[in-house]
Amino acid sequence: MPDQLLFAMEVTLNGLMAGVLYALVALGFVLIYKASGIFNYAQGVMALFSAMTLVGIMDGQIPFAHLINAMFGTDLHHFGWHVPALAAILLTVVVMVVFAWLVQVVIFRHLVNQEPILLFMATIGLAYFLEGFGDLMWGAEIKKLDVGLPQGINDWIDLTTFETFGYGFFIDNLDISATIVAVILVAGLIVFSQYTKQGRALRAVADDHQAALSVGISLNYIWVLVWSVAGFVALIAGIMWGAKSGVQFSLSLIALKALPVLMLGGFTSIPGAIVGGLIIGVGEKLFEFLIGPMVGGATENWFAYVLALLFLVFRPQGLFGEKIIERV
Amino acid sequence: MLYREAGDFSTTYPQDSQTFPIKFDRYRYYAVLAIAFGIIPFVINDYWANAVFVPFLIYAIAAIGLNILTGYCGQVSLGTGAFMAVGAYSCYKLMTAFPEVSMLIHIPLSGLITAGVVTLFGLPSLRIKGFYLAVATLAAQFFLVWLFNKVGWFYNYSASGQISAPERDVFGIIVTGPNTEAWAKYLICLLFVTACALAARNLTRGMTGRSWMAIRDMDIAAEIIGVNPLKAKLTAFAVSGFFVGIAGALFFSVYLGAAEVGESFGIDKSFLVLFMIIIGGLGSIFGSFAGAAFMVLLPVFLKNVFVGGLGWPTDLAAHLQFIVSGGLIVMFLILEPHGLAQLWRIAKEKLRLWPFPH
Repeated sequence: MPDQLLFAMEVTLNGLMAGVLYALVALGFVLIYKASGIFNYAQGVMALFSAMTLVGIMDGQIPFAHLINAMFGTDLHHFGWHVPALAAILLTVVVMVVFAWLVQVVIFRHLVNQEPILLFMATIGLAYFLEGFGDLMWGAEIKKLDVGLPQGINDWIDLTTFETFGYGFFIDNLDISATIVAVILVAGLIVFSQYTKQGRALRAVADDHQAALSVGISLNYIWVLVWSVAGFVALIAGIMWGAKSGVQFSLSLIALKALPVLMLGGFTSIPGAIVGGLIIGVGEKLFEFLIGPMVGGATENWFAYVLALLFLVFRPQGLFGEKIIERV
Repeated sequence: MLYREAGDFSTTYPQDSQTFPIKFDRYRYYAVLAIAFGIIPFVINDYWANAVFVPFLIYAIAAIGLNILTGYCGQVSLGTGAFMAVGAYSCYKLMTAFPEVSMLIHIPLSGLITAGVVTLFGLPSLRIKGFYLAVATLAAQFFLVWLFNKVGWFYNYSASGQISAPERDVFGIIVTGPNTEAWAKYLICLLFVTACALAARNLTRGMTGRSWMAIRDMDIAAEIIGVNPLKAKLTAFAVSGFFVGIAGALFFSVYLGAAEVGESFGIDKSFLVLFMIIIGGLGSIFGSFAGAAFMVLLPVFLKNVFVGGLGWPTDLAAHLQFIVSGGLIVMFLILEPHGLAQLWRIAKEKLRLWPFPH
């Protein structure tokens, strides 16, 4: 096989893996949008915050150490213990559930029936708040996150492809585990929404708020639940991205990458988020590989948006979105 | 007692349809103009010009522009930062290509160029609505920033990739470059703000503005009663782009002096201007000013309190600034979703009856 084709195949595979990670973030968006009609811009910052919390708990950092030091002139930084990864993840989940509850009680309970644009703005405000809060709580420096996932090149794929094609593919172990985790997560979500009482209630709310209320489903409870689930998804995304490139501010920007995924897949569709993520992941990697060198590179910044934009002109509700029906 | 229309009779049609029909309001407006043009330029110093007045005036223009698009026509845009960059880069190209032409011509010209670009990116709005459109404008944001970064022609192939404003004048008074006096910076911004606000106010009261508002309230219904959605939406994009372009040109040439596109016109700028119009009030020219003042003053105030007052490290103050501005935005949305402009309206109503409210 010619080299170019092999490279392209490798790029495609890597794109698929990146796409899975985009889809993970997009999934959190879709969950909240379906259940409450809120377009949650803070999803990316939630991923960052949960990853920071996880690292903070694992390393035994003292929360707000920087602030306390500034106020009282002390020199605190660590408790001096290390929490095992699994326990830390469970604690972080608890933190995210409390966060979901707080968000619901403090913000969105007061904004019921407001216009979508105001809800969207509120989530941007929330994103700013959470970003500052996370930095204040755990410090703004780049942190290493290691929960014991395998890292580095996958030797088996490298060897096998080298034997078959004469060229070893570079696939990161981390990407493979991310894909596996994502598949498990999606399967779990499907089981949750199809077979549990809470999951069914969630789907009912997503279908029709008033009908759900009339059969006795508590909207407040469901909204806390869905924000918690979104927080959990954010945590998974935060772990994957954090393990890949360190826990730092740029993590919150993946939310922006998830937006074109959503546009492509449709805001209301979970399969759409996954397929959209894969298309964007492969598309931007291939475009960068094939066209990028001709126009000066770094096309990954905008390609996803332009692709989604062009796509939407032909199909305004996205790939799997519900058909938009408008009445006067 | 104040704001009372009793005894204030309109005897001609122009009187009846003037911008400020209540006498007190009109005199207040003249007084504000008199102070802004007659007093502030003589007392202003560099700190106040650079930290408060110039950014406030420039952001006010941008906020008016975005308010026309989002507040009056209902098309959410997250590309304001990049559109400001279009204004800045076209101003830079014009300034370097025609050095002897006055800035009073360059800046509106950059506004016109921006209007063209924004209209182009507004075309999908005919098919895409709501959040899909908001995300689609992000395409403009990222694509334009990338373009200005990659194509050397835009920054005249300078080694740093930055653009920096050469010295240019208006009627012999230097308004750009490092040797500009504080009052000159202030006055040129004020001049454009006044012109823009006046134009925007009158546009939104007339036929054009009403068709925008009809589209905002319900585009299908508007189409049925005879509003041309193509024309209404694209004019909103064009007019908004014109204002945002002027703001971008002033921001680069008068305020910053030198700019790097990703840093000065990134997505943060888009959100900042969006915050301004939400906090100020959607669909209100006064709200654009109030929101711009609020968002410009807030960081200055917080920095003075935390760093100047309490002596905390600057990085801590930066985190707290995020927390406070995020929290305030959420609080505003909960307590007064229609923004500062609504508070102003309520105050006016109260003042009409004061001191005898019954």
